[in-house]
Amino acid sequence: MTVPEQPETVTEGERATDGAVDRRQFLTEALNVAAGAAPLVILGVVRIPAAGAQEAAGAVDQDEHNYAMGIDVNKCIGCARCVVACKTENDVPDDPEFFNTWIERYVIRPNGEVEVDSPNGGIDGFPPLDEETDLRRSFFVPKLCNHCASPPCVQVCPVGATFTTVDGVVLVDDEYCIGCRYCIQACPYGARWMHPEKHVAAKCTFCYHRVVDGLVPACVEVCPTGARIFGEVERLATPLARFMRFNDVQVLKPHLNTRPKAYYANLDGEVR
Amino acid sequence: MPQQVPRLIAVFVVALAALIGARMALVPDTFGDLGHYRAAAVDSITAHPKKYAGHAECSLCHGPIAEQRLTSNHRTVTCEVCHGPAAQHTTAPMDIKPTAPRERGLCPLCHSYNPSRPTGFPQIDEVAHNPLTPCITCHDPHAPEPPEVPEECSACHGQIARQKAVSHHTNLQCTVCHEAREEHKVNPRANRPSKPVQRSFCGVCHAQDDLSGERIPQIDLRSHGEPYMCWQCHYPHRPESG
Ligand code: HEC
Ligand code: HEC
Ligand code: HEC
Ligand code: HEC
Ligand code: HEC
Ligand code: HEC
Ligand code: HEC
Ligand code: HEC
Repeated sequence: MTVPEQPETVTEGERATDGAVDRRQFLTEALNVAAGAAPLVILGVVRIPAAGAQEAAGAVDQDEHNYAMGIDVNKCIGCARCVVACKTENDVPDDPEFFNTWIERYVIRPNGEVEVDSPNGGIDGFPPLDEETDLRRSFFVPKLCNHCASPPCVQVCPVGATFTTVDGVVLVDDEYCIGCRYCIQACPYGARWMHPEKHVAAKCTFCYHRVVDGLVPACVEVCPTGARIFGEVERLATPLARFMRFNDVQVLKPHLNTRPKAYYANLDGEVR
Repeated sequence: MPQQVPRLIAVFVVALAALIGARMALVPDTFGDLGHYRAAAVDSITAHPKKYAGHAECSLCHGPIAEQRLTSNHRTVTCEVCHGPAAQHTTAPMDIKPTAPRERGLCPLCHSYNPSRPTGFPQIDEVAHNPLTPCITCHDPHAPEPPEVPEECSACHGQIARQKAVSHHTNLQCTVCHEAREEHKVNPRANRPSKPVQRSFCGVCHAQDDLSGERIPQIDLRSHGEPYMCWQCHYPHRPESG
């Protein structure tokens, strides 16, 4: 048996590709190759990927998408229309603890002290600053699921109810999720929450139902200043590619090696 | 053949059957077709109904408004930001109509003054700016105009102006330190004002040999803070000493 041709591996450090081989894929294929693998295959314990399936996609079909989002912190005015649009579009409960995306206000005092708040995600505005002159700088940072290329939430899911699609979007299978909350614990960005009625984990889907029809996510649609840019990584001529070429982009918590795909421009060093 | 072998084989066969049976019962349909998940989940997620139609949709029937908006100051503000989700309206336009927010509440969501907003974003003091009158009596929501070019630097640099107002430099006009042409107020980024570039600039007032006679704290320009620029240690809009 021959070893399947390796898809191209990651090219540029932090940036995600769908060509990377993940651990599961590696193990699967190693097992396939290993002698005595046949009974396992018959048993269905190990599956040989069907033609056109995810494993083959990166190598065969270079035209597959790899969705990501850019955020220009300098353009965000903190109006939180994105938060409202997201809640409406995705039927997120109104309660102030459930958000797929939310706006944080950073306030940096002259002595370097950093204050962060996000009352109701920013929907009702932000309370006035007590001592406005006592301010070094202040700005808004939109947050959302980073749709990591190496998502810890997917790794910890005991049943395979959360997964990465062929085009790089991290989703939750509502019907299969057992509500164990491991993924909520595992997410370093606090982007997941427990649905109070469905009792399953919930999160940003990049509005996958819109994206597959060629529309942008609801938050991007309503952003009045173009602070949110939706597109694809490593594809020429999408607004995101241009954004990443002309800005010095950063990701949140790069040291965790999650390879996030929310790319921030003009991000202040204080943002966590 | 020793007696144990057939028994062992029987045990294995039963275990195998149980395993296969359990697997068939437990692993859902379509699991693994695409990866370590239920492929059918993708379909049910993409079947989620859309609430926002997208701005391209609106221009099909509201051509004139859409065109007007495209060349206006609100060209980046899409229809459904103000009118709310309107996907249902696009399929049944006469039966389901979006609301048109005519009260004062809408516009300040974006335009009320807030020091955390980026420099240059047009902001007003909601309480003082023509109170009690709906914004749309003076501004067309689909093509708002800043009725005139603002006079004061503080219209766009509110935060700097507020800091300077409580600082030792409160009496210094912005233009003492920045040469700003009128065009800067119309097209700010293309006509940037000057900024001081040399230590001697601050020395005009603060050097020991300055004889202006005012009570200005003075330093030895040659040694004080060398070799850095003054503004690498003192924030010029709110200078502090010690
Ligand atoms: C299929 C054609 C069609 C499309 C697409 C469409 N509209 Fe309309 N719209 C209409 C018609 C017809 C009316 C009713 C005009 C009337 O009452 O005189 C209307 C009325 C409106 C009104 C006025 C409601 C009022 O109270 O007067 C608003 C606001 C509006 N549409 C917004 C939108 C937005 C936003 C979109 C894009 C998401 C959109 N429309 C897309 C046909 C359309
Ligand atoms: C900044 C917020 C804002 C945006 C963006 C906006 N509208 Fe409006 N729209 C309004 C307001 C406010 C009114 C009520 C105007 C009035 O009564 O004079 C209105 C009225 C309307 C009406 C009612 C007919 C009329 O002229 O009175 C239609 C139709 C409409 N808008 C369609 C659109 C479409 C289509 C777009 C996108 C191309 C759009 N609007 C973008 C705020 C907005
Ligand atoms: C969702 C956010 C949003 C809402 C709501 C909104 N605007 Fe705007 N407005 C903008 C943006 C973005 C600009 C462009 C600013 C720029 O050019 O930097 C703008 C520009 C303007 C300008 C031009 C100011 C200038 O100096 O260039 C005026 C006037 C204005 N809006 C009035 C209104 C009025 C009146 C309403 C309510 C009907 C309104 N806006 C609602 C986002 C919004
Ligand atoms: C009585 C008429 C009137 C009403 C009502 C009115 N404005 Fe204005 N607006 C003006 C005039 C005149 C100017 C230009 C002079 C100035 O800056 O005050 C202006 C300027 C502005 C600007 C541009 C400021 C800048 O620095 O570029 C914005 C934004 C704005 N208005 C938003 C609003 C909003 C939001 C409302 C409703 C809460 C509103 N206006 C209500 C007359 C009005
Ligand atoms: C119409 C709004 C507006 C007005 C009025 C305005 N500015 Fe600006 N100014 C801006 C914007 C926008 C920028 C660019 C900010 C940026 O790029 O981050 C800017 C930048 C600047 C800069 C920095 C230039 C640089 O190279 O970093 C200075 C200095 C400045 N303005 C001074 C002034 C002074 C002095 C006045 C009053 C005479 C004034 N501005 C009035 C909008 C304005
Ligand atoms: C005492 C001289 C002085 C005065 C008065 C002054 N500035 Fe400045 N300003 C500076 C210097 C010096 C810099 C460059 C700081 C740097 O490069 O770090 C600067 C930088 C700026 C910048 C660039 C952004 C920033 O914060 O560094 C802006 C915008 C600006 N000034 C606007 C203003 C406005 C508006 C006023 C009036 C309210 C004003 N300045 C008054 C000296 C001054
Ligand atoms: C046009 C004259 C003038 C210029 C130019 C000027 N200053 Fe000043 N500065 C003053 C005056 C006047 C005061 C004191 C005001 C008071 O407190 O009475 C002052 C106060 C100060 C103080 C505060 C000292 C204290 O006692 O705490 C510092 C620091 C300072 N300036 C730094 C600078 C720097 C840095 C620059 C160059 C970017 C500069 N100044 C440019 C006039 C000037
Ligand atoms: C390396 C940092 C640094 C630099 C660069 C620097 N300063 Fe200072 N400055 C200080 C410190 C610290 C103090 C307070 C301690 C002192 O008086 O020496 C001070 C004090 C002052 C004072 C107040 C003196 C008094 O008597 O109250 C003035 C005025 C001043 N600086 C102006 C300037 C000017 C003008 C420049 C540029 C030529 C400059 N500084 C560059 C750090 C710096």
